[in-house]
Amino acid sequence: MLNFMAKRVLVALLVAFTVSVIAFSLLRLSGDLATMIAGEDASAADIEIIREKFGLDRPYYIQYLDWLKSGLQGDLGESMFYPEKVVDLIETRLPNTLTLAAFGLLFAMGLSIPMGVLAALRPDTWVDRAALTIAVLGQALPGFFFALILMFVFGLYLGLFPISGNDTYWHFVLPAVALGYYSTPAVMRLTRTGMLEVLSSDYIRTARAKGLPTRTILFKHALRNAIIPVVALSCVQFGNMLSGAIITETVFQIQGIGKLAYESISRNDFAVVQAVLLLVACFYILLVLIGDLLNAWLDPRLRVS
Amino acid sequence: MAPSDKVLATSPGGLTLAGEIPSIETVTQPDAATMLVRRILGHRSFMLAAVILVGLILMAVFAPLLAPHDPLGQDLLRRLTPPVWGETGTWTHPLGTDMMGRDYVSRIIYGARISLIIGFCAMAISGVLGTVMGVCAGYFGGRVDMVITFLLTTRLTLPVVMVALALVAVAGSSLKVVIFVLGFLLWDRFTVVMRSATMQVRNLDYVRAASAIGCSTRRIIFSEILPNVLGNLLVIATFEIAHAILLEAALSFLGLGVQPPTPSWGLMVAEAKDYLLFEPHLVMLPGFAIFTLVVAINLLGDGARDIFAPENRN
Amino acid sequence: MSALLDVRNLSVDIPLAAGVLHPVQKVNFWVDKGETLCIVGESGCGKSLTSLALMGLLPKKAIRTGDGILFDGMDLLLQSDRQMADLRGNRIGMIFQEPMTSLNPCFTIGNQMEEMMLRHRRVSRQEAQDRAVYLLEKVGITGAARRLHQYPHQLSGGLRQRVMIAMTLMCGPDLIIADEPTTALDVTIQAQILLLLAELQREFGMALMLITHDLGIVARVADRLAVMYAGQIVEQGKVEDVFAKPLHPYTRGLLSCIPVPGKTERGSHLGSIPGIVPSMIGDIQGCHFRDRCPHAWMDCAAGPVDLRSLDELRAYRCLMSPKDSLARADALELAQ
Repeated sequence: MLNFMAKRVLVALLVAFTVSVIAFSLLRLSGDLATMIAGEDASAADIEIIREKFGLDRPYYIQYLDWLKSGLQGDLGESMFYPEKVVDLIETRLPNTLTLAAFGLLFAMGLSIPMGVLAALRPDTWVDRAALTIAVLGQALPGFFFALILMFVFGLYLGLFPISGNDTYWHFVLPAVALGYYSTPAVMRLTRTGMLEVLSSDYIRTARAKGLPTRTILFKHALRNAIIPVVALSCVQFGNMLSGAIITETVFQIQGIGKLAYESISRNDFAVVQAVLLLVACFYILLVLIGDLLNAWLDPRLRVS
Repeated sequence: MAPSDKVLATSPGGLTLAGEIPSIETVTQPDAATMLVRRILGHRSFMLAAVILVGLILMAVFAPLLAPHDPLGQDLLRRLTPPVWGETGTWTHPLGTDMMGRDYVSRIIYGARISLIIGFCAMAISGVLGTVMGVCAGYFGGRVDMVITFLLTTRLTLPVVMVALALVAVAGSSLKVVIFVLGFLLWDRFTVVMRSATMQVRNLDYVRAASAIGCSTRRIIFSEILPNVLGNLLVIATFEIAHAILLEAALSFLGLGVQPPTPSWGLMVAEAKDYLLFEPHLVMLPGFAIFTLVVAINLLGDGARDIFAPENRN
Repeated sequence: MSALLDVRNLSVDIPLAAGVLHPVQKVNFWVDKGETLCIVGESGCGKSLTSLALMGLLPKKAIRTGDGILFDGMDLLLQSDRQMADLRGNRIGMIFQEPMTSLNPCFTIGNQMEEMMLRHRRVSRQEAQDRAVYLLEKVGITGAARRLHQYPHQLSGGLRQRVMIAMTLMCGPDLIIADEPTTALDVTIQAQILLLLAELQREFGMALMLITHDLGIVARVADRLAVMYAGQIVEQGKVEDVFAKPLHPYTRGLLSCIPVPGKTERGSHLGSIPGIVPSMIGDIQGCHFRDRCPHAWMDCAAGPVDLRSLDELRAYRCLMSPKDSLARADALELAQ
C-alpha cells in the first residue's frame, strides 16, 4: 500500500505543478498583461513603468520560475491594490472560507445522509421519491439564486439571520446552506445507493439470521459499510465548496479567498489570482488524497496489503 | 383413465407419449422495439420534461412573435412598474418592468434564447472534445490513456468558476467567448463516461472478432464502438447542457458573462439584486426561469438514463 | 406430534409484473429433535425460499401463508418481528451458501461472533470471547485466539464457512438450517465441512435441516429426506427407503443421474431428465412434472395431484400406485 500511495503522491505533485503553470499563464493569455493592468487610458510611459515594476518585461519562463521559487519559500508576490503581501492577504481571509466550507459540508452531510438512509429503507415509496425529487430540484437551483432566496426569506423578510459580512458564526448560517445544498443530491444519492446495495448483501442477511435488532443491523452493520464511499465523496465535495465559495462569498459579502479572487480577477491583480487559484487546486489535490486514505482506513480489505 | 397395458416406449433422452397431453404453458415477452417505445412513452418524468423543454425551445425560437415588447427597449418613465398581480400592475406589462423600464415578459422570453444557445453550443464543443479524448483513452489504452487521464485529473483539480472568470476577464465578455470558455472547460464528464463505456465495449467479443478479421481501427471505432456508447453519450450530453446553462448564469451574474443589455437570465438576477427587498419578483422570475429549464433538462437526462443506459443508474 | 419443527401447508407467493410467482406451494414436512432432514431438489425448486420462509427472512414483496410453522409449540407464522428476532440465532440458527460474502468485511471475526452471544445471553464480553474460542477450536480452526482479531477477507472460503458454523453454534440452537453450505466450496473441502456438521450434530444434539441438490450429501448425513420439485414436495421418507425404492419418477431420475462405483458399468448411459423446470408464474394445472415424466398420461393434466402417504414417514406425489410405479420403473430400465 505504501507503494500505491507513493505513486499517488507523485502524480499529485505533477498535477500541482501543471496547475501552477496554468495559474501562472491564465491572466497572461491575452498578451500584454501590463497593458491590461494599466487600463484603456494609460499612456505608453505608464505601461512601461508598470511593466518594469512587476517584472513583466522578462521572458515568461523566468517570471514563472521566479514566482515558483519565491512561492516555495513563502512569498507569493504582491498585490496591486492592497498594501499587504499576497500571502498575508490569503492568511487573513482563508479562515473565513474554510469556516464557510466546513459549515456547508456539515449542512450537506447532516441533510443528505439521513435522507439517503431513509430513502434506502423505504425504496419506491413516497419517502424515497420525495428524497430523489429534492435531489433533482436541488441540482437545478443556481447557487447565486438560492443564496438570494435565502437572503430574502430568512434574512430580510423573517429577519432571522444576518445577510452580510462575517463577524459572528450566525453570519455563516445562510451562506453555508447556500453553499452546501449543491452537494446534497450527490451525497444523498450515493448514501441511498450504498445503503440499498449493502442492505441486500449476504452479510446483512446473516445479521438478520443472527436475530440482531434492526437498529444494530442498520447502524453497526449496514451504515458502516455504506458510508465508506460517502466519506471519500465528502472530501471531494469540500474541495468543490472551496471553489464554489466565490459566488456565495460575493453575494453574502464574506471576506474570504473566493471574494478576494473575484475582486482580483476583475482588477487584473494577477499575483493574487495566481496564488488563490493554485491554493484552491492544491487543497483539492490534498483532499482527494485524504479521501483515499480515509477510504483505506475505513475498509479493512484495503488496509492490509 | 388408467395407463394402457401397452408399455410406453421411450427413446433414451426422449419422450413418446400416447396421445396429446396438454403441456404446461410458458409466459411470453413482447419484442425489443415495442418494449423501447413503451418504456419511453411510459416514463412519466421523461415525457413531462420533454413537453416542458419543447415548450421552452419553441418559446425561444418564436420569441419575436411571442414577446409583446422589445426586450432592449428602455423607458425610464416606466421603470419598476409592478407585475399584473400588484396594485398598479397592468396587462401591458404582465410581469412589470425592470429598473430601466424594459418589459420583463419580453426579457424573460428572450432570455431563453441565450440560455439555450449557450447550453447547446458549449455542450457541443465540450462533447466533441470529451468524446474524442474519452474514446481514444478507452480504445487505445496504454500511454494514450495515461496522458488523457492526467489531463483529466488536472482539469478536475481546477476550480472551474474561477478559471472561467479569469478566462473571460482576459478574452473579453461576449456570447462567443462564454461559449468557448465553457466548451473548453466542461469536457471532463464526457471523457470519464466515454472512456469507461469504450473500455467496456472494447472488451466485448464482437469487437474482438472485428479486430481479429482485420477491420481497421477507424472502422471499429465508428461502426462497433460508437453505436454502443451512444446511450451513455446522450445521457451525459443532456446533463452537460444543464451544467453549461448554470455556469453561464453564474458568470453573467458576476458580471463576467454576457454583457448588458443582453437579456441573460443570470444577468437579470444580478441587475435586480439591489431591488430584492421591494421588488423581489425581479430576482425571482429570471431565477425561477433558469430553475425550470434546468429541472426539465435534468429530468430528461434522468429519463434518458433509465431508458437508454439503465446500467449507469445510481 | 413431538416434532421439533412442524411445517404445515407453507406457501410463498411473490407478485411480479408478469403475474404471481408461486415458488413454494403447500409444503409439508417436519424435523424431529436431533435428526437430520435433507431437502433435495434442483436449482429453482423453492428449497431456499422455504428455509427463508421458516426464519421469516423473505424479501418484503413475498407473501407467506400456511396453516402453521410449529417450532417447539410456538407458531412462527404468528410471531412478531421482535419475537422472531429473539428466536433467530438463539434457538434456530442458519448457515448460508456463500461464505465469501456472508460475513461483514468491516468487523473482526471475534466481534461478529461475540455480538451473537451478547445479543441473546446475559454474559460478559470475556465469556462470549471464551465461547468463541472454544467453538472455533471445535470446528477445527487452529490458533483460534489469534483468529478472533482477524478480518473475514484474511480467511479462505473453507475457513470462513467453519467460522459461520461456529458462529451459528454460539447460543446452542435447537435447530440449524443449512442452505447448501458446501456448494460454493472446493470438492475436497466439501467433505470435510459435511463431516464436521455431522460430528457437531452428534455432539451437541441439535436438529439439522440441510438443503442441497447433491444426493451424495444426502446419503452421507441425512436420516430422512424430502424431494422438492417446482415448489412442491414430491417424495419423502427415510433415506434408505427412498434410495432403495424411489416411488416418484423425479426421484428416480435424480438417482439415475449419479454414477455408483461398482454398479454403473463403463460405457452405459448416465440418466438424465429431459426438459426444464416449468415456470411457476400463475397456476399450473395438474402434475408439475408431467412434461418431463416418462410415464405421464391424460389424467396427469386433469387436476392437482395430492401427496399420498404410505405410512407415517413415507409419502409421494403421483397418481400411480406404488406397485405400478415400481413396475414401470423396471420396465423402463429394461427398455434401455
